[in-house]
Amino acid sequence: MTRFNAFSLLKNALGGHRNWTEQWPDSQPRAEYDVVIVGAGGHGLGAAYYLASQHGITNVAVIDKGWLGGGNTGRNTTIIRSNYLYDESARLYDHAVDLWENLSQELNYNVMYSRRGVLMLAHNVHDVQSFKRHIHANRLNGVDNRWLTVQEAKEYCPPLNISPNARYPVMGAALQERAGTARHDAVAWGYARGAAARGVDIIQNCPVTAIRRNADGSVAGVETAKGFIRAKKVAVSAAGHTSVVMQTAGVRLPLESYPLQALVSEPVKPCFPCVVMSNAVHAYISQSDKGELVIGSGTDQYTSYSQRGGLPLIEHTIAAITEVFPIFNRMRMLRKWGGIVDVTPDRSAILGKTPVPNLYVNCGWGTGGFKATPGAAHVFAWTIAKDEPHPINAPFTLERFRSGRLIDEAAAAAVAH
Amino acid sequence: MSRYRIAGKGRVDHGAPVRFTFDGRAYAGLRGDTVASALLANGVHLMGRSFKYHRPRGPVAAGSEEPNALIGTRRGPGRFEPNTRATMQEIRDGLEASSQNKFPSLKWDLGAVNDAAYMLFSAGFYYKTFMWPKSFWHRVYEPIIRAAAGLGVAPTEEDPDHYASRNLHCDVLVVGAGPAGLAAARAAAAEGLRVVLVDENAEVGGTLLSEPQAQIDGRPAWDWLAAELEALKALGVRIMTRTTAIGYYHQNLIGLCQRLTDHLDVLPADTPRERLWRVRARRVVLAQGALEKPLVFHGNDRPGVMLAGAAQTYLNRYGVRVGDAPVILTSHDSAWYAAFDLQDAGARVQAIVDLRDAVREELLNEARARGIPVRLSHTVTATSGRLRVSAVRVNPVTNGKVGAGQAIKCDALLMSGGWTPSLHLFSHTQGKLAWDEDRTTFLPALTPEDCVIAGAGRGLWGIAAALRDGAEMGREVAQALGKAGAALAHDVQNDRTGSGVSMKELPTDRNPGKAKAFVDYQNDVTAKDLRLAVREGMRSIEHVKRYTTNGMATDQGKMSNINGLMIAADALGKPAPQVGLTTFRPPYTPTSFGAFAGYHRGTHFELTRKTQIDAWAEEQGAVFEPVGQWRRAWYFPRQGEDMEAAVRRECRQTRASVGIFDASTLGKIEVVGPDAVTFMERMYTNPWAKLGVGRCRYGLLLGDDGFIRDDGVIGRMAEDRFHVTTTTGGAARVLNMMEDYLQTEWPDLNVWLTSTTEQWSTIALNGPNAARLLAPFVEGVELTEAAFPHMSCAECTVAGMPARLFRVSFTGEIGFEVNVPAPLGRKLWETLWQAGQQYGIVAYGTETMHVLRAEKGYIIVGQDTDGTVTPFDAGMGWAVGKAKPDFVGKRGLARPDLVAGTRKQLVGLLTEDGSKLEEGAQIVFDPKQAIPMKLVGHVTSSYHSDAAGRPIALALVEGGHERMGETVHVPMPDRTIAAKITGTVFVDPDNTRLKI
Amino acid sequence: MLLIHCPYCDETLPEAEFTYAGEAHIARPADPSALSDEEWESYLFIRSNPRGPHHERWRHLHGCGRFFNAVRDTVSDRFLTTYPAGQPRAALPIKEAAE
Repeated sequence: MTRFNAFSLLKNALGGHRNWTEQWPDSQPRAEYDVVIVGAGGHGLGAAYYLASQHGITNVAVIDKGWLGGGNTGRNTTIIRSNYLYDESARLYDHAVDLWENLSQELNYNVMYSRRGVLMLAHNVHDVQSFKRHIHANRLNGVDNRWLTVQEAKEYCPPLNISPNARYPVMGAALQERAGTARHDAVAWGYARGAAARGVDIIQNCPVTAIRRNADGSVAGVETAKGFIRAKKVAVSAAGHTSVVMQTAGVRLPLESYPLQALVSEPVKPCFPCVVMSNAVHAYISQSDKGELVIGSGTDQYTSYSQRGGLPLIEHTIAAITEVFPIFNRMRMLRKWGGIVDVTPDRSAILGKTPVPNLYVNCGWGTGGFKATPGAAHVFAWTIAKDEPHPINAPFTLERFRSGRLIDEAAAAAVAH
Repeated sequence: MSRYRIAGKGRVDHGAPVRFTFDGRAYAGLRGDTVASALLANGVHLMGRSFKYHRPRGPVAAGSEEPNALIGTRRGPGRFEPNTRATMQEIRDGLEASSQNKFPSLKWDLGAVNDAAYMLFSAGFYYKTFMWPKSFWHRVYEPIIRAAAGLGVAPTEEDPDHYASRNLHCDVLVVGAGPAGLAAARAAAAEGLRVVLVDENAEVGGTLLSEPQAQIDGRPAWDWLAAELEALKALGVRIMTRTTAIGYYHQNLIGLCQRLTDHLDVLPADTPRERLWRVRARRVVLAQGALEKPLVFHGNDRPGVMLAGAAQTYLNRYGVRVGDAPVILTSHDSAWYAAFDLQDAGARVQAIVDLRDAVREELLNEARARGIPVRLSHTVTATSGRLRVSAVRVNPVTNGKVGAGQAIKCDALLMSGGWTPSLHLFSHTQGKLAWDEDRTTFLPALTPEDCVIAGAGRGLWGIAAALRDGAEMGREVAQALGKAGAALAHDVQNDRTGSGVSMKELPTDRNPGKAKAFVDYQNDVTAKDLRLAVREGMRSIEHVKRYTTNGMATDQGKMSNINGLMIAADALGKPAPQVGLTTFRPPYTPTSFGAFAGYHRGTHFELTRKTQIDAWAEEQGAVFEPVGQWRRAWYFPRQGEDMEAAVRRECRQTRASVGIFDASTLGKIEVVGPDAVTFMERMYTNPWAKLGVGRCRYGLLLGDDGFIRDDGVIGRMAEDRFHVTTTTGGAARVLNMMEDYLQTEWPDLNVWLTSTTEQWSTIALNGPNAARLLAPFVEGVELTEAAFPHMSCAECTVAGMPARLFRVSFTGEIGFEVNVPAPLGRKLWETLWQAGQQYGIVAYGTETMHVLRAEKGYIIVGQDTDGTVTPFDAGMGWAVGKAKPDFVGKRGLARPDLVAGTRKQLVGLLTEDGSKLEEGAQIVFDPKQAIPMKLVGHVTSSYHSDAAGRPIALALVEGGHERMGETVHVPMPDRTIAAKITGTVFVDPDNTRLKI
Repeated sequence: MLLIHCPYCDETLPEAEFTYAGEAHIARPADPSALSDEEWESYLFIRSNPRGPHHERWRHLHGCGRFFNAVRDTVSDRFLTTYPAGQPRAALPIKEAAE
């Protein structure tokens, strides 16, 4: 693996860039692995990387039905934050932010983690109460998040419309300064390169058709388009497709897959300094390093694997953006796309063991999986390696749906009264 | 007349000059010009700078696929937009156009230093560096990268224009009004079908506009076009120009964006700038034609290097010669005709350089006849000229070996790498593509939608073929819609069909590793970048795209995708179809946010629901708060009062005498039927069977998970009739939930549910004088403790209005809620207001309502509960009918975690220092612990209470019900506040004040 | 915007008139209290979430207001059939069923 730095870049530039080598090889499956990870997104590749780098488990394959990073890793709006309400969530996401901060150096791959701050707008009294609850909880959990008055919010994000005559006037905002964005593809590529360098096989364009179990019920391996692969442990990290894969092992999950759309504008010079989220009007926006305004939408109402999504939602999303930022009305939408997000009843992830011995699952991230990538991958690797959850992911069990011990961030955001 | 304009030629109006400016300099064009054609007529090719290397660029195309000539366009204050394609923007008097991505000027741009260091800025270079020292990314590198990136500047003012949208249903939508689209529309319309024909250009005709030499049915192409247009109009075809089909959505829903004013000299007062159309078509014909491919060679981006077809369009449609001494470089026959047309229009074509070793004799003869030098089996290996091409280096190619180069002077280089069908909309349908080896391009194959492709869109070149196929496809859709269908045949003369070969990078005698051979012009992606991506292990075309950004520019890969694929496939050593194309995404061309938002701006972003009494409150100077879609009076400040003062006065006066409150936003559901009581028993936690007619009860609604969803007072108006109230925000949800259970789980129950929220105006009177004030107006009910005790309800007359009267209290005072038919609400309100003057009546808003109820420990669902709270947590186990065999949520409540002892429970909190807690503040048992702390609850409600004489608070605290009297701690940023756990009732715990 | 056939109104109408209501044919148990925690969890939360034909419920909210069942292919988003609530689970078309 050629180390990436300014000197190697310069040296190669002088050589016409002919001496760069592949960042990961195109592996073909071997007959058997210690661990097979299904799904080569950021979470799956990250887990492989940490298995190899932290647990010394290198006889690992990451298998994907398409190209690595081609699912939600490469389709999200790249928002990173950790100002979640519940201790369990805040700890998991803040663990991720800790890792984000050093990820470029750790991977020797610039993932462009951009600490530009995430501003969450409060548009009604209920938002104010709810955000203050978050801020206080975050502060005592060691997670940065603070309250901004309307004026302060405007100073932090000058394009913001703070007119009191707006349909939903801004009443203040919660700011997490450590939050921001990262370059999504680079996360998958950086982990892939790091994992491959440590001996992990990355097998693309190889759909997993079934998980096979031994007579004793434990995992035997996976059936794939390229034949059966024996595995001591199987870990599924397949986002929207997790239900389908897990069902082949006889595990039924509390998951539904919904289409989620996002879009970008044409690129313009820097005009938007931070990330802004508004739950009340359903708008999420930042500006990429390339200059495009990156805008997130809500999910369509029906379950789907079509990666398509409808026009009305886009109309509403853009109306929401121009409501909060009227100066962008004459900007143009360049491109919109869809992803498939897997949603649990409490909108929190499932990350841990399953009823099947040696089968592990990391799913249910809904619209928020990207931000968790390094943290989730890290504790998932721990769980796979030690066959027990890391303290951070211990609450994110499958059992909570039976006991009722939900981590209900959505409910906590509650409803207008 | 500008030097490059040819008198009388083209479709522009030579008698109608139009004046505009570009970078502050005045220019004149003609009516019908685009900014690009007008500037070219003035000899201006340099119109922009590229994204990464800031290389000087001019238009390479003449249509919406243009990647280079992007400009800022302005029309006075607020009307500025960046990244407008100069090739699509029509000129108008006074248009201010400006170039982008340059400093200090387009001709002398400092950013061009990047070009000198281009070897460093290879594909993905930023992934490999800027990592040390770590802190520099945020503070140094990223700001520099961000400032360098982006094209134009974003608008900074609010947009004064407005936008519209409309729905349209039709039998057949034809996208693209070139020969294929025209013929398809004609064939479908002739069968009496409702046909809509749209085209993104200012006028219909497509290729015909650039090929006036053709003869159709014995007439010159443009005459035929004019007649055909009349015929289509006579058949009732709706023809929409300046209208782009932006996206193809489920089940033949096509989004169109129609541009209505950007081309007009004077803005009409009432016309929207753009209109979004949502067209639902029974059948769609995609007749979007084909896009010409550039050739990839060193220096192929210099201003003056242009697609041959674009030059032909500028010449024939706009009457503009793009150069006096052009060189043609091609691998396809079509560019030869550009050479002939230009030569015939007075240019001296310096050479036709064809990469092929043989071309049709007929073409060679035509070239010879015009005296144009021809070089077959030749390539171009370089161009020169700083801001405009001045020479090209032409080399012979023999058996794959490139010979010595020779410079040919020129002022334009017109290239053609052949044609590729425009597949974007087809791709939106999730249609499958098939590789066509003959044409070396992808053609449309299968689509799940009811659509067909006609003409060049499926690889059929030439006007005759397009007309034939268009007519055939028109007939096909007509037949699919049950019509007989006939295809008109056309006779076409002077058609220019041709063939060609597909190229990767052109052969060169130079080091290909150093060539600046652009594939994606705007994003500055070169062939070597694509090969580098493959070398670095990017095997999927999606990886190559993302690593290099090829195809991600504002032309969305229209110019670059196929060339990118050919080069990547070559680098991978795989056939192109195995590599595949990346997915095209909507919209077809960039579309303004305004068009999507449409009418939903400002106060129309979402509707604002107002009660009948809202206007009265506004007249009184009330301050409002948004609650869901409603706006509610928050408080009624008097002169000089702030919110706190107003609320304290409203609270005091209500408890002292009487207050009036608009409760009309409360959700109201009428539950009626023989099984109404059974239904209520099953839906709500409380028992209902024994509730007498004329009595009401506080009802609690759970989800089947056992958590509180909603609450409200419910009156039994008759044996078979309940008047259910819900929270303001929960009304629709509750009704939907009720309908869901009733229709799906208990269809055997004979019950009707009706939302009556907007049928009633609800006025609440509370206070010791409430009965005294109300009684004189009430007929049919005696407002005494005996006749109408607390929690009674009745139908009666109030001030002569039919009413449903409830004796309920959300304040702890004597309270009534009067429901009258909604339109009478304000009349009743004013009547009571007048009569209340003798008691010093006060109008109060939602904030006072919140304070008064908190003083009595009444919860607000959504504030004191959050979707994770059970009735027992909220201290309302009394509302749960434990004897009932089942109700929604009963089983959920029995789940292990919901019966655990450590749940967070609702309690009162009184601070030891008498300070007011902040809502949302967190609670700990041990204030001395280190962060992260163990959080055991939070403050849900907190107010200053005059009645209690101190601040009060409600809170959810772990195990709170067992901790009465204990002290907990609320760590704030500046200090930690100690508070004692109490019950939730702070005022009149014995309910003495409820009695009349 | 999907087009949906309401089996009660017998009209095909745009999705904007309808609301999605989750997987179909998950009957609420007659006596929930008799269920184990696992069975109750299954009723409340476990969903088949198939890739392909999906039996699901919709409500014609801005129309007749009634709930009905549908089979929709979650890959193409196409409706294969819709039918009134209370009718037995619709059989899948042979092709899909065989997959």
